Amino acid sequence: MTGLVSLFRRLEGPQTLGRGPAFWALFALVLAGALAYPLFSDGYTVGNTVYFFVWVFIALSLSLIWGYGGSLSFGQTAFFGIAGYGYGILTINFGAAYGFTWIALLLAIGMAALVAALLGYFMFFGRIAGVFLGIVTLAVTLMLERFMAQTAGPEWRIGAARLNGFNGMSAMPPLTIPWFGGPIPLFADVGLYYVVLAMLVLVYLGLRILMNSSFGNVIVAIRENPERAEMLGYDIRKYQLITFVIGAALAGLSGVLYTVWGQYITPSSMGMTAASLPLIWVAVGGRSDLTATVIGTLVVLSGFQALTIYGSQYALVFMGVLLVLTVLIAPNGLVLGVIKGITKLVTRRKQEAA
Amino acid sequence: MALLQLRDVNKHFGGLHVTNSVNLVLEQGEIHCLIGPNGAGKSTLFRLILGEHHPGSGQIYFAGEDITTLKSFARIRRGLSVKFQVPGVFKGLSVRQNLEIALQSRLHGAALDKEIDRLLAFLNLEAEQAQLAGNLSHGQKQWLEIGMAIALKPRLLLLDEPTAGMSPEETHMTGEMVRRLNAAGMTVLAIEHDMAFVRQVAQRVTVLHLGQVFAQGSIDEIVADERVAAIYLGQAHA
Repeated sequence: MTGLVSLFRRLEGPQTLGRGPAFWALFALVLAGALAYPLFSDGYTVGNTVYFFVWVFIALSLSLIWGYGGSLSFGQTAFFGIAGYGYGILTINFGAAYGFTWIALLLAIGMAALVAALLGYFMFFGRIAGVFLGIVTLAVTLMLERFMAQTAGPEWRIGAARLNGFNGMSAMPPLTIPWFGGPIPLFADVGLYYVVLAMLVLVYLGLRILMNSSFGNVIVAIRENPERAEMLGYDIRKYQLITFVIGAALAGLSGVLYTVWGQYITPSSMGMTAASLPLIWVAVGGRSDLTATVIGTLVVLSGFQALTIYGSQYALVFMGVLLVLTVLIAPNGLVLGVIKGITKLVTRRKQEAA
Repeated sequence: MALLQLRDVNKHFGGLHVTNSVNLVLEQGEIHCLIGPNGAGKSTLFRLILGEHHPGSGQIYFAGEDITTLKSFARIRRGLSVKFQVPGVFKGLSVRQNLEIALQSRLHGAALDKEIDRLLAFLNLEAEQAQLAGNLSHGQKQWLEIGMAIALKPRLLLLDEPTAGMSPEETHMTGEMVRRLNAAGMTVLAIEHDMAFVRQVAQRVTVLHLGQVFAQGSIDEIVADERVAAIYLGQAHA
């Protein structure tokens, strides 16, 4: 019981913005709004909203590894792809009966985590850091994209699953809930919306607890000064590796949900553009805070989507401009800057009133 | 009893012999100062003791155990602790959080908060506890890092120029801090250029020159040694 209480106390702390009744009231309000939203909309629109939620997990994984841990990784997209393809291969071969899609979801995330553990072991224990970490992870991502792109021939199949080269893999079953009156498949509709929303809330709160725990303390300490952190007796490479694996699992969750949502995945979801966009959402939002990352990702992503209607190439150019402006004006992130500004204003008002 | 022992330790960087057959014994409970001109190999010796560098040959013993091949964090867990020359605080985190990170593997909950408060008082940093460590003055950063180093309750505290950039008053206060820690049982090895500080705290002094132990003794013996004065003036080419 006391363990549970101390766990809940970790929801607030120095590593995450937002504390006190006002913040949690706002959180409850936003959550209530999100829960009620399908009542005022149609299934098609709600299904499209899920698409935005899907990407928040990969954004959070970058916030964890880059914003909190200080290691820039281009590898998140690779883990996204591994898990996405993994889910496809598993479910195309074994079907969706008996709730297997959920096991496939876990196994696919496990695959991404396993690859991250191997790659991370060689990187961190080989003392690769800083910009070189970015280069190595980018190389892995692009290599995977190139590899998948050349699997068009019929010889590239795993069981019943054709990899299909640049056209990608499709027609895998959606997440399916086994039920007495027959299984319920979750297509991009209200059902999937609630499932993904629940995952999002759980992951967000779970990461808040993790980052405010003693583990999170060590992670930010490594970002601030790795030598000092090690000289306090922490095996920093172990901490970096664990963070990297957790991040890969989250990126993998994004990958599976993306595949489930559209029932297809292609190598271009591991390409250069796909690897760069999450970086921009997270940088613009504010990588060193979970809440800023979530808000930033949803805002930038919906803006990007709106722009794409008028021309996808222009939308990409706009994204680049946005990144440059962020780096110049608010290097810690625009959303984070706004939140901090408001907090400062409120405390000043309070002090003046007192 | 010897707490730390270096036996015939050698370190080369390319053709440069930075640590040349150093033998050094640190007794349990002493304050030992390491002095010598720039480039004498003092900081390299610290890095060898801490495991940031590994010696080409020779052994390092801590409390009777051969730690020559141990990784840095493992040496820290055995009772070593260090304050770097350039203050190595976590600049983007609050003063309080800096201390919490140093203490959290040893203490939890209310005991952790209490120990942080005690350390803040010891370091004269109570008023600054909510500030970011990066906003502290240079001297305060030095103290905070000393605080983080002693938070581990080390058996041996290594201090690399603890008073660099401090005013004479701050230097004196730091000296008193070190003496109080020593009175409580902590062994201290300090690299220091400030002779007032060395005189204030050192029970034994080792002079390092060109990577070798040049002289050893009490501060009075070292000051009286003409050869030592000569190397500081750059006249000896031993």
